[in-house]
Amino acid sequence: MDELREPRAITRRQLLAGTGAFIVSFSLLGMARGQETPPAAVMPAPAPASPSALPGDLNIDPMLDSWIAIDADNQVTVFTGKAELGQGVKTAILQCAAEELKIDPLTIKLITADTVLSPNEGYTAGSMSMSMSGTAVRNAAAQVRELLIAKAATQLKADPTTLTAQGGQIVGGPQSLTYGALVTGETLHVNAQPTSKLTPTADFTVMGTSLPRVDIPGIVTGAVTYVQDLRPDGMLHGRVVRPPSYTATLADADTASIEKMPGVVKVIRDGSYLAVIAQQEWQAIVAMRTLARSAKWKEQASLPDEAHLPEALKALAVEDGTVADSNTTPTGVVQTFDASYTRPYQMHGSIGPSCALGQLGSDGVTTIYTHTQGVYPDHAAIAQMLGVDQTKVHCIHMQGSGCYGHNQADDAAADAALMARAVPGKPVRVQFMREQEHAWEPYGPGMVTHFTGGVDANGKIAQWDYELWSNSHNSRPGPPGALLSARYLATPFPQDPQVFSITPTGSGDRNSDPLGYSLPQKHVIWHFIKDQPLRQSALRSLGAFFNLFSMESSVDEMARLAGVDPVDFRLTQAADPRGAEVIRRAASSFDWAGWTPVPGRGRGFAFARYENHASYLAIAVEIAVNTDTGTVRLVRANAAIDSGEIVNPNGIRNQTEGGILQSMSWTLYEAVTFDRTRITSIDWQTYPILRFGGVPDSIEVDIVPQPGQPFLGAGEAAQGPTSAAIANAIRDAIGVRLYDLPLTADKVKAALLSVPAVD
Amino acid sequence: MSIQLNVNGQDETIDSATDTPLLYVLRNDLRLNGAKFGCGLGQCGACTVIADDQPIFSCVTPIMMLEGRKIRTLESLGTEEHPGPLQQAFIDEQAAQCGYCIPGMMMRAQALLERNPKATEAEIRVALEPNLCRCGTHMRIIRAVLRAVDAMAGA
Ligand code: FES
Ligand code: FES
Repeated sequence: MDELREPRAITRRQLLAGTGAFIVSFSLLGMARGQETPPAAVMPAPAPASPSALPGDLNIDPMLDSWIAIDADNQVTVFTGKAELGQGVKTAILQCAAEELKIDPLTIKLITADTVLSPNEGYTAGSMSMSMSGTAVRNAAAQVRELLIAKAATQLKADPTTLTAQGGQIVGGPQSLTYGALVTGETLHVNAQPTSKLTPTADFTVMGTSLPRVDIPGIVTGAVTYVQDLRPDGMLHGRVVRPPSYTATLADADTASIEKMPGVVKVIRDGSYLAVIAQQEWQAIVAMRTLARSAKWKEQASLPDEAHLPEALKALAVEDGTVADSNTTPTGVVQTFDASYTRPYQMHGSIGPSCALGQLGSDGVTTIYTHTQGVYPDHAAIAQMLGVDQTKVHCIHMQGSGCYGHNQADDAAADAALMARAVPGKPVRVQFMREQEHAWEPYGPGMVTHFTGGVDANGKIAQWDYELWSNSHNSRPGPPGALLSARYLATPFPQDPQVFSITPTGSGDRNSDPLGYSLPQKHVIWHFIKDQPLRQSALRSLGAFFNLFSMESSVDEMARLAGVDPVDFRLTQAADPRGAEVIRRAASSFDWAGWTPVPGRGRGFAFARYENHASYLAIAVEIAVNTDTGTVRLVRANAAIDSGEIVNPNGIRNQTEGGILQSMSWTLYEAVTFDRTRITSIDWQTYPILRFGGVPDSIEVDIVPQPGQPFLGAGEAAQGPTSAAIANAIRDAIGVRLYDLPLTADKVKAALLSVPAVD
Repeated sequence: MSIQLNVNGQDETIDSATDTPLLYVLRNDLRLNGAKFGCGLGQCGACTVIADDQPIFSCVTPIMMLEGRKIRTLESLGTEEHPGPLQQAFIDEQAAQCGYCIPGMMMRAQALLERNPKATEAEIRVALEPNLCRCGTHMRIIRAVLRAVDAMAGA
């Protein structure tokens, strides 16, 4: 197992023992938190040990040694419970630790999400890695540095204010001591100071710089990077045979003849769960296909009518909740705007289908390498599915293809566990096929929204009534029924019912409270849909994408009613100066004021503060419409983002550019398709996404410096505003508002035909 | 059944069914991580490698069709210690998010640059059309290939 981490029997204590590791416990009191705690359903991590607010995820694990260890050889190890998803979090966390410890970030050993080695930081989701884990690591590192200085002062009989930390040493005049030399012995078990002495932005040498991503050289040269690249000696290849539809049950399958096929080691049939394990990967694929052909299923039509999805969603049973209510009635409304918007189910669509590697050891522990967003919740769910104690499942995060939320990573991990159980001692790598990833991933749910708004005689928003129909956008583990295969076993684990909860962070209702604007009246209702006609869960930005599409489209229409430029309209009603600043910057970077209309071209603008408490982002776009085909092309996009203190500007830019392009693809092209029984969008032809032909000429991202402010997290801020800016630009170009995603060429063409030609 | 393949300049004897797609042989038998499984259908380009001078989808090309052809993978472009010009350009532009699509992009770009060392931005966009990126790294990928054009011209 040369490519794998040491056998899982290793524990944190063993890892750190015998190396003079620096173990410190401390309690930080009275520190303001940068972020609100996400709802329990999103982050099922242990409750904070004390009610006092510590920086970031130090609340979840307040022990310093949970985050930082230094051994006698001066090796610094940093632990984070977050996972690298391609968002560059490893590099950014190393920067935080290196800045405060005053060492070279490339000398630090970084341990990411691992149920034995890392703190339990729940899910890597919601753009919270920097605000929660980055903040924890940075504060822990600053505390450690100050403890080392104090310790050195004693040993050197020096005034601590004359000592500095630099390059792994505490230096005072001609004398110096290495960190490693200072961390021996029990005496270093001390409580930290109540506040962290953080390095001021002006003194940054590592934070605030575009340190190149540590993983890119490996990615571009073919180093072992992804779960898919693991191939320990003796590894077998696993494939599942999924049912043809959600509610199908297995009637018959010819497992005996499959077992005789070349290379086949095992065929698993457990209720309606079917899988094959073979020596070679191609043998596993051939056996999977043969087994799939032999299988007989009982299917039933259980899906809604795709052609009338919005009506079908609205017809489902709902529970109503109030997201926001000013308890005022609209006054002075002179003109109103009323509209319904719809969104189909949309996919994560990872380029690499999900994969996991599992092995059942002789000690009864199943070790799983997985690209899950949550090793801890995943191992708990898998342990329940297997009917074993949680200590018997060890999940280790390793990179996969980008996931953008809850894709099938957890399902692959569960399958790896089931297959590993069938061939004890043997490592099994499970790889889903393209059509399995497309047909079975939990989609971003279909939604319907309705907006009624009005402006007063002063051209200001005077009325804001908004309703949304949506699932929760969350069916993550937790419960074992969240794992796909667990539902099909002979003793099945049914899926838990959806839980309705309205939280500040929001889920289906994310960003539906219009806090970005100062409004005299607002009323926002969530019609929570309990049933999940299609499998659904968290897709990057959850409900924010479609709520902001609806809301910022409506704001644009109200600006038209008021006869005010849409940028000015937003600026004069922005609730927060930081919001106003990104609006001004995006408009100026686009040269909004210098725009001259061109036939077939349009410009659009949108703005939001993600989750109402994370990054601020405004975006201006120019689009071109081919009036013959209806095809829309994004020509350029100019965004401005304020994500608090900047750790890595290039990383923020990369995430924002990516968010804009992905949101553009959702907005223009994407819809899950199905008949009454089966999902029919099962590959890239039936589910088209952005290709190079649709890539804009340019994307500019302006980052607002915010020295000393909390990290806000940048990964999802662009999703909502981009979609509305595009819709607003189409409206500008063709004079017709489109309400139903995706804004395909067919819909644009139909809209063009609906307007009488003007000579 | 065994087949002779020439991969990155090395002759290799492969003991696999002759209809096995090249991708699985590269990844498992030869332990080369560059080419990735994305769709197995010739729709995404994650598995792109070069055969002689043509980019091919290794996921749908059986090894029996490749005897006598010179196959090149990402690993032929350089190493982490000594990255080739295209690899260096992708590092310099930080042209990756999850990175899963990147090796396929690079091999398709490499084939283009060998054919057309002065490729323009428009030609690069057309050439990369078969390859998908879900992270939205496209702007950087284009910039990286343009940077490699400059680097190779200057070399
Ligand atoms: S994996 Fe070969 S084209 Fe997608
Ligand atoms: S970088 Fe993730 S798919 Fe392209």
